[in-house]
Amino acid sequence: MAILDILRLPDPRLKQVSEPVTLFDQELRDFVADLEETRLAGPAAVGIAAPQVGRFQRLVILDLSGRPKTPNHGHLVLVNPEIVHWEGYAMGREGCLSVPDYTGNVIRATQIRLKTQDPEGVEREYEMEGFEARAVQHELDHLDGLLFVDRVVSRRTDLYRRKVYKS
Amino acid sequence: MSDWNLLTLVGADRPGIVSRVTRVLYQSGCNLGEASMIRLGGNFTIMLMVSGGGTDEKVLGALAPVAEELGLRVHLDPLGGGLHQHLVPNYQVRVMGADRAGIVADVTEILANQGFNILELESDVAGGHERPIYIMNIQGYSDRTLESLTDALAVLAGRDVSVDVSPVDVMIG
Repeated sequence: MAILDILRLPDPRLKQVSEPVTLFDQELRDFVADLEETRLAGPAAVGIAAPQVGRFQRLVILDLSGRPKTPNHGHLVLVNPEIVHWEGYAMGREGCLSVPDYTGNVIRATQIRLKTQDPEGVEREYEMEGFEARAVQHELDHLDGLLFVDRVVSRRTDLYRRKVYKS
Repeated sequence: MSDWNLLTLVGADRPGIVSRVTRVLYQSGCNLGEASMIRLGGNFTIMLMVSGGGTDEKVLGALAPVAEELGLRVHLDPLGGGLHQHLVPNYQVRVMGADRAGIVADVTEILANQGFNILELESDVAGGHERPIYIMNIQGYSDRTLESLTDALAVLAGRDVSVDVSPVDVMIG
């Protein structure tokens, strides 16, 4: 196990598009363990993507198990994930291990359907909403060389309500 | 003492203010830090952290011609603090109501009593001249619960002001 170095902006490698995972072997499982250790070593990140540590493969870890009030699927290792359906949109604030000391508002889909493989290569499908859907969209962006700062919108545009009024 | 000054510039809005001002600052050897620049009531307003560039007189002297030409009022004041002191908001408060005097004081007094630290406040007057609507968006930090904030602000509903508090959930990934 090892804590890996996290690539930080303006490292151009963060713009790189990652390749699909094809080998589901022990080496991959060892890497996942290192990636998880790296995620836990930093600020409270709910997700991390392989390219953030310089491994340009389509793999992310997502863990919302620490947020019992948020609908979520717990700790997930997503390999070759793909969003196959989007619905709704909402603004929310994001930060990133690769962009220290900055947070910004980003518009994301509120509900998604995700097709993915697990670390053994087994096909899986998840319906995600809200915070978990936001987190997975943020992580999948890394696989395509995008950072949340590429999607930040003006805070001032948030003046107008997007959601249905309570009551 | 911090090396930063706060440079404030205000004048009738027109294209090119930011580029002209920042070019002069760059040529004077200044570094720029955090900034807030926005059009308010037909004016363009700049609040800009500036360091370097020599004495205040030298920086103001360098700005004088462009300020004169663009009709900008300029202030330069010493500033404590520095970069990388961000606080992350955990609440957003949205306020809306028929425009009248006292809305801001009413809302922010209640928030202050809740230990609410305003990190950002933006407000605008929408609607028409006949029926102006006041809209305000506040982001800030408080260690009180959502219920506590909501309950404290509930009195405003009786004064025709709609207030909505929602948590700001920062997703770090």
